[in-house]
Amino acid sequence: MIHPAFISRLRGVLPAHAVLVDREDVVPFESDGLSAYRNVPDVVVLPENEAQVVAVLQLCHAEKVAVVARGAGTGLAAGALPVDGAVLLVLAKLNRIKAIDPLARTAVVEPGVRNLAISEAAAPHNLYYAPDPSSQIACSIGGNVAENSGGVHCLKYGLTVHNILKLRAWTVDGQLLEIGSEALDAPGYDLLALLTGSEGMLAVITEITVKLLPRPERAQVVLAAFDDVAKAGAAVGNIIAAGVVPAGLEMMDRLAIQAAEAFVHAGYPDCEALLLCEIDGVNEEVSADIYTVHEVLEASGAIEIRSAESEEQRLKFWAGRKAAFPAVGRLAPDYYCMDGTIPRAQLPHVLKRIGEMSEAFGLAVANVFHAGDGNLHPLILYDANQPGALEKAETFGGKILELCVEVGGTITGEHGVGLEKIKQMCAQFATPELTRFHEVKAAFDPDKLLNPGKAVPELHRCAEWGAMHVHGGQLPHPELPRF
Amino acid sequence: MLDALIERIRAAYENDSPLIIQGGGSKGFYGNADEGEVLSTRGLTGIVDYQSKELVLTARAGTPLADIEALLAEHDQMLAFEPPHFSPSPQPFPSRGEGARDALRAPKPIDATLGGSIAAGLSGPRRPYAGAARDFVLGVRIIDGRGQPLRFGGQVIKNVAGYDVSRLMVGALGTLGLITEVSLKVLPRPAEELALQFELDEATAIVKMNEWAGQPLPLSATSWHAGVLSVRLSGAAPAVRAAHTKLGGEVLKDGTAFWQRLRDHATPFFDRQPLWRLAVKSTTPPLGLGEAQWIEWGGALRWLASEHPAGMLRAAARAAGGHATLFRGEVSSPHSFPRAGAGAGANVMPDAINDGVFTPLPPAMRAVHRALKLRFDPRGILNRGRLYPDF
Repeated sequence: MIHPAFISRLRGVLPAHAVLVDREDVVPFESDGLSAYRNVPDVVVLPENEAQVVAVLQLCHAEKVAVVARGAGTGLAAGALPVDGAVLLVLAKLNRIKAIDPLARTAVVEPGVRNLAISEAAAPHNLYYAPDPSSQIACSIGGNVAENSGGVHCLKYGLTVHNILKLRAWTVDGQLLEIGSEALDAPGYDLLALLTGSEGMLAVITEITVKLLPRPERAQVVLAAFDDVAKAGAAVGNIIAAGVVPAGLEMMDRLAIQAAEAFVHAGYPDCEALLLCEIDGVNEEVSADIYTVHEVLEASGAIEIRSAESEEQRLKFWAGRKAAFPAVGRLAPDYYCMDGTIPRAQLPHVLKRIGEMSEAFGLAVANVFHAGDGNLHPLILYDANQPGALEKAETFGGKILELCVEVGGTITGEHGVGLEKIKQMCAQFATPELTRFHEVKAAFDPDKLLNPGKAVPELHRCAEWGAMHVHGGQLPHPELPRF
Repeated sequence: MLDALIERIRAAYENDSPLIIQGGGSKGFYGNADEGEVLSTRGLTGIVDYQSKELVLTARAGTPLADIEALLAEHDQMLAFEPPHFSPSPQPFPSRGEGARDALRAPKPIDATLGGSIAAGLSGPRRPYAGAARDFVLGVRIIDGRGQPLRFGGQVIKNVAGYDVSRLMVGALGTLGLITEVSLKVLPRPAEELALQFELDEATAIVKMNEWAGQPLPLSATSWHAGVLSVRLSGAAPAVRAAHTKLGGEVLKDGTAFWQRLRDHATPFFDRQPLWRLAVKSTTPPLGLGEAQWIEWGGALRWLASEHPAGMLRAAARAAGGHATLFRGEVSSPHSFPRAGAGAGANVMPDAINDGVFTPLPPAMRAVHRALKLRFDPRGILNRGRLYPDF
């Protein structure tokens, strides 16, 4: 619980309406996009400018009160879950687009600016901001930096880390770090990369300079149906081996296809696996690549191939994929979305194992896959009203993530660790690496005031959880006691 | 070999004796003078894994870039950040400068290695259009300054588990750890490349480079020097032809060689010293700091052969949103340019910090750098002083 005297001090540096403590005011902030994790915050502050953010940090640092930064709250890993006794620092009101430089193709924005709002503001100049997480209509750019967000176009256009130039960031003791530059690099260590995806653990960002790209001249999508998931998986590798880097390359399995079809009637064929391959760029390049993709898909055993003949049809092809999550949501009261990444060649093996586990757990799974970059989103269907169902889904999900690690992948491709995947971090990393992560944090935040308890597990917790991944007969933390 | 390196670093840690990490030796000129015994990675070679369909290659640090590029070329793929070799074999690398450091860095360079390229973090002409070295690093294995082997990142393109320590190693010049293995994202080679040239003055060329980068054109490199703007187009043959029609210009016959020479600084311009590297906002108008200039990266990189005081060049770069590096040449004498963060009192800043190759950091940034260095290399045995003279 936060001391009332501290609340008064917060009110001293912020406008009265920017400090929320009444239950009905703070309850809306009890979770982020992963609503299975809830914790009503003690106090929520909504600063309206950088000076207020810094004042809050200095106050918290002086009183050793923890700070959880939050953007739009669309995160899917409980990264912005309130922490007991901490201030929830909501940056949504820092939402100005400060400058757009069309010739230099950059935008300077505050962290609360919505991802899509950047592209909308750049559109008159025929420019856009490339990373497009599915929540882009609502998610904030500050949150994107904190999570290193991706989207469906990562293979060609990269993640957030590839599309930002500069940050104004503040350490918890109120020191300004100007990270990156307006040039293409900066002196010293690459702190721009270190902060991107650091989940609010190292510093608080108040300004971001992003890169803008020219809008592609043309985009075209090809849809291919397969009677076998393995064939579809192989086709993905074949497209890439043919020298094509698609803007988007998405795959859905039978359950996801059926759900999407029932929901939006995209006209998808009845099949085991569906590939959507989008090519964008210069007109002639698109024509050449689409031709290649067609040939490769045919040679890879597609049972049906369709090219979108119009923009309307292209959008229709995408409609099913874009609606896949809500569509799957209609199949069961709840679903739990996983975010592992695997080497693509492992896809048939991983899908087979997920299928086996699905039977063992008695929970259905629909698979949606950013196939181009190996990012798998299995959606585990469950009913939260049934006692123990959430726990079962979480256990199943944890097993899927450990499987991803086992085949050489990772527990999170784009959603972040937050609190949700903190146990699986014990499977992904061994003690020396986890220790180093804590030391990296200490270099910025020695008092552990920023987002405590998230992203990197305490070592003793790994042992307590028993979330051990046995690899080659070796436990990753052999020196720790087990109970 | 790996065990031997670990042992060597552990011993150096115990004895507090600094080490100079050396790969091919092609970038021995780059950075501040360091001290210690040479620790070579040249025995640590081999491509560990290459899956062309995954667009991922993993190799040990001492593997020559040329070997990696040759294997990739067999599969029509490439390192898209176009890392400079600076010493293209089989030509012997001309010895540059004098001094104890060069003598220490024997044997003579053969070819740039993967580990050295990632540690230096330098990228070639394709950088503004395809990405930098750091953009393609997916994972690293390192040995830290205590001799502890560590592994960060992995072999998949999307990975946000844990802090991005892999990319932190890129450009750290070996001061945070000896890189022993790197996993990289690779890309298909474009089907066709074409170099075009235009006679244009500097100011017009800078505007053109930026305007074209804002249009859907298959640009992959730009350069301006001595009144000539050179542009490389890459992509499917019809796309390259269409862009050529749109842009006009004279076709440069030996385009491939031109860009390779630029990448490797294998033209007489780059022999001049001191050679400064000014990274600036791409739209920065002509700097007016002398004729001896080569512009790359769509205007974002300005090479200057200049005797101007370091302070003046650093101030110009700062005003242009960037920073200045003394790329080749002797470091200037102490106090030759203003102390960064002067007046920030409490932060002790030895004079030596101002005397370096790289732009000095403001106090808060410097504190974070030193704190990170302390965690990765507590006794400062790895490439001591190479990045900043005080650590």
